[in-house]
Amino acid sequence: MKVGHRLRREIPLYLMILPPLALLVIYNYGPMLGLVMAFQRFNPALGFLKSPWVGLYYFQRMLILPDVGRVIGNTLYIATLKIVFDTVAAVVVAILLADIRSARFKKTVQTIIYYPYFLSWVILGGIFKDFLAVDGLVNRFLGLFGVAPIRFLSTAPLFPWILVSTEVWQITGFGTILFLAAILGINPQLYEAASLDGAGWLRRTWHVTLPGMRTTIVVMLLISLGSILNAGFDQILNLYSTSVYSTGDVIDTWVYRAGIQQAQYSLAAAVGLFRSVVSFVLIAVGYYFAYKKADYRVF
Amino acid sequence: MIDRSRARTAFRVLNGTFFVLYAALCLVPVLQVLAISLSSNTAVVSGRVLLWPQMATLRSYSYILEKDAFWTAMQVSAVRVVLGVSVSMAMTVLAAYPLSLSKEKFRARGAIVWLFLFAMLFSGGMIPTYMVVRYTGLINSIWALVVPCAVQIFNIVLMMNFFRSIPPDVSESAEIDGAGHWLILLRIYLPLSLPSLATMVVFTMVFHWNSWFDGLLYMNESVKYPMQTYLQAILVQPNPRMITKATAELLRLISDRTLKAAQVFIAAIPVLLAYPFLQRFFVSGILLGSVKE
Repeated sequence: MKVGHRLRREIPLYLMILPPLALLVIYNYGPMLGLVMAFQRFNPALGFLKSPWVGLYYFQRMLILPDVGRVIGNTLYIATLKIVFDTVAAVVVAILLADIRSARFKKTVQTIIYYPYFLSWVILGGIFKDFLAVDGLVNRFLGLFGVAPIRFLSTAPLFPWILVSTEVWQITGFGTILFLAAILGINPQLYEAASLDGAGWLRRTWHVTLPGMRTTIVVMLLISLGSILNAGFDQILNLYSTSVYSTGDVIDTWVYRAGIQQAQYSLAAAVGLFRSVVSFVLIAVGYYFAYKKADYRVF
Repeated sequence: MIDRSRARTAFRVLNGTFFVLYAALCLVPVLQVLAISLSSNTAVVSGRVLLWPQMATLRSYSYILEKDAFWTAMQVSAVRVVLGVSVSMAMTVLAAYPLSLSKEKFRARGAIVWLFLFAMLFSGGMIPTYMVVRYTGLINSIWALVVPCAVQIFNIVLMMNFFRSIPPDVSESAEIDGAGHWLILLRIYLPLSLPSLATMVVFTMVFHWNSWFDGLLYMNESVKYPMQTYLQAILVQPNPRMITKATAELLRLISDRTLKAAQVFIAAIPVLLAYPFLQRFFVSGILLGSVKE
């Protein structure tokens, strides 16, 4: 094929990719370039190009602000707990679900446990504020055992655990899908062989099911590495209050308050830049190993 | 395989019980909100409402449905969903087709794929994004809820993978007949991928219906809030003052609490309606872009 002809055939392809590519450049790459504002005393009226440069001033401020250390600590703590509990819960529920024989019962259970995943945290926030209220169902239930009403959403030491448990409540069902698929992919002959060797359910689970799920578990853990600085912005913003800032305020909620509500644009952008860079490194490392170990790839 | 031991049977019973309880736990919080929304305030205040409405009344619902603010938010959401889904789907298809071709057919593919991939891994974050949206003149416009999130890279990957699964002979024979890329995309690829497109449309609808933070971020006036943002604003306010011109009789039936509960439930209805469609597809949908062993 001649060069000119080839190019002519490619012109429609460039025309097609142009609109999405333009939006990608403006709204994804624009903000990346806009991160220069972290090195400026940013003034929205002057913009990214004309705001005065201040070098690392805001990064130095970030290091001495007690808030920042606290929110990074909270973020790591909450996100780690979530990764561990989300994964364990989904793996366990998937294994138990795979053991159910009645197809109808299984399907009904799946329908019910998957649905919370699709509700927004605005709705779930509204729901849990009633559910966990002083006169809510949880406290009524605990009251049966003589436990005094607990202010779940405004007790600082409890708050991270509320975040973990409500998230586990929301996504465990949906999270089982991948693990169930992994279990279904296990060669049934392995189970038969194990049974012939006299292995009971527990030993079959330990020696056949879990090893069969290993790749999927490892890949999911590697990928969730990237979310270690993302402790669940939507969830926290809809559940937290000033009384739990000490344990529930995370990087994203802090950036929102500092950057949007208090208009400390450059400081918030500096913290945001820190978050983006660390997340990027972890995501890249996670994907790299997922690719190496399990041939996982997106494109 | 025959289970010999009694322990095994006991385990199955326990396992079944566990799932009954687990499923109940998934439903109970929603049922409580529904019960509160359908109960009289008197019953709610006295703590009689558990999972079943007490002194049932629809007054909370009728009160909300009479409010202009509610309908305004509903309208913003409806416009947002229609515009958002159309623009986003167009972008997905337009990006997925060229990227699904081989490097020989689309030589820029390699570089462009990297641009999309990198944007999946690295983001400028909330503050610079807000500034870009502001500088592109979208603040306070419905387009702020549509354009910045129009390129859904994950959807593009799913669509691209789907286009790739279409046998190459189909497009090759069309090419021999002289069909160009536009014709192949519109007449062959799109009709063949209608089921995938339908799935993605439903997912994108739910995404747009559920989104609330961009409304809070980019809209300066609360009359421009979509439903979820409007609801969020009500829920986080300590005293939302939803009730105006109240008579004693009305306050026996409704309160801010019953009104909040009713609105939470109304906002969940579209998702619950879409759910059967979602469920039919999401299992295959999320497996598509994941572990390939």
